[in-house]
Amino acid sequence: MSDTANTAARKPHRKTSSVILNALVHLAIFLTIAVLLIVVGYILVMGIPNLKPELFALEYNSDNVSMLPSLVDTLLAVLLTLVIAVPLGVMAAIFLVEYTTRGNKFVKIVRLTAETLAGIPSIVYGLFGMLFFVVFLGWGLSLLAGCLTLAIMVLPTVMRTTEEALRAVPDAYREGSFGLGAGRLRTVLSVVLPPAMPGILGGIILSIGRIVGESAALIFTAGSVAAIPDSVFGSVRTMSVHMYVLASEGLHIDATYATAVVLLVIVLLINALASFVAKRLTKGNEE
Amino acid sequence: MIDVDLSALQEEAGEASAVPSKTKIAVKNLDLYYGEFHALHNINMDMPENKITAYIGPSGCGKSTLLRTLNRMNDLVEGCRIEGEVVIDGENVYARGTDVNRLRKRVGMVFQKPNPFPMTVYDNIAFGPRTHGVKDKAKLDEIVETALRKAAIFDEVKDTLKKSALALSGGQQQRLCIARALAVEPEVLLMDEATSALDPISTGRIEELATELKKDYTVVMVTHNMQQAARVSDMCAFFLLGDLVEFDETQVLFSHPKEKRTEDYITGRFG
Repeated sequence: MSDTANTAARKPHRKTSSVILNALVHLAIFLTIAVLLIVVGYILVMGIPNLKPELFALEYNSDNVSMLPSLVDTLLAVLLTLVIAVPLGVMAAIFLVEYTTRGNKFVKIVRLTAETLAGIPSIVYGLFGMLFFVVFLGWGLSLLAGCLTLAIMVLPTVMRTTEEALRAVPDAYREGSFGLGAGRLRTVLSVVLPPAMPGILGGIILSIGRIVGESAALIFTAGSVAAIPDSVFGSVRTMSVHMYVLASEGLHIDATYATAVVLLVIVLLINALASFVAKRLTKGNEE
Repeated sequence: MIDVDLSALQEEAGEASAVPSKTKIAVKNLDLYYGEFHALHNINMDMPENKITAYIGPSGCGKSTLLRTLNRMNDLVEGCRIEGEVVIDGENVYARGTDVNRLRKRVGMVFQKPNPFPMTVYDNIAFGPRTHGVKDKAKLDEIVETALRKAAIFDEVKDTLKKSALALSGGQQQRLCIARALAVEPEVLLMDEATSALDPISTGRIEELATELKKDYTVVMVTHNMQQAARVSDMCAFFLLGDLVEFDETQVLFSHPKEKRTEDYITGRFG
């Protein structure tokens, strides 16, 4: 009896709180979308009028402040970093998920290491890259030094997302494969990896975002020469670094915004391409 | 509670028990532990060739566990330890140096829940043969068709071989899994409650199929459903709490059980 009285007494209170909660949730949604729209809109408004043909000149000089060399450099950096980091990260994740037993101590240590690695600020990676690749190994400020530094940075991302994607593959698939007399390698390559592909690609997209957006670590390791390098030992300037340089010089703010527009478009294109590839790869998967 | 059509059983038994057939699988003094837990106690049984042997018993009695020791699927379970022998055609499969992949090729398995791979129907069936080195396209085509025909599903999927296997119904998926198991030309087929996730019509088709398959294969099935064991199997084993309580010809076990516990179970007094 006291129970019903209680509920009755609390009812209006509950209603108020749910109204408030509801409003807060909607506010949060609104704010999130608004921030995105404002940022993107601001960049577009400031950047598009400044997109001039000379910004895409083949050679950079301080008059045309062309972004074309840095655009090519960015793509090169993404490619080389992924070539280094993805096989390593994916293979490490396969080992952790498919080749070790659950609750293994070694796995815990590796995972802890990867998580710590993910939490280190990029400037620290930059410093390490400079001291090790640039100075100790004597490579100078170069594409290779920059990409190796970036590779170490994105490795945990690739590893973790791949791990999660592999874990999400039902054990029934593995059992089915083992039950047919397939070995572990065959099972992983033919049965487990294909359905995990979209998840792995998700991790790669995240990594691309980090590579494209990174400036601090690259200034120390890849330098800021705005030219297409002759070899992996040439210095490069990715678009983020290009924007940083232009903005800090203070003379070409318009060109900086224009560069930001192009960078935004490139990131969107890469994401679209990746999801397209993911769809193609998993063609047989859907119902 | 359980209606077993005795006259039909005896009729069937009349033809089935005429010739005692050769032992295909012999389990000898088998003990199984999951960590500290003693899951199977000193199991001894001989399963005849080209017959259907059914394992019955309440949940957790160890029947699925025993089934999985026959093709060493328990190797994948952590903390699982096995003592004793499983002898198939005179070979102890737990002997040192046994090629587990070859064993699993010989002893195929169908699981409780249909588990087709997320690939096309064709690739599902061709997976096993490809694993074991068949590359020739024409040969693969032939294997796929034969396997699908044996599993009585060819007519339903012949136009959708290149479509995803996940688009099939549950019953079709299970028959696809049977076809997939048959495609590697096993000698023994293990069915782990293969019909428990299916509707009665699909169940009926798979039971018919099992009866058909025993001409070429030795079938061992785990079932929750006593009528199913009575309808389909030639030999039947009753398990309780990790013990093999009784193992006999199905018709004998159901009509004249020797053990009180078996009688209690099949008359529905527990379980």
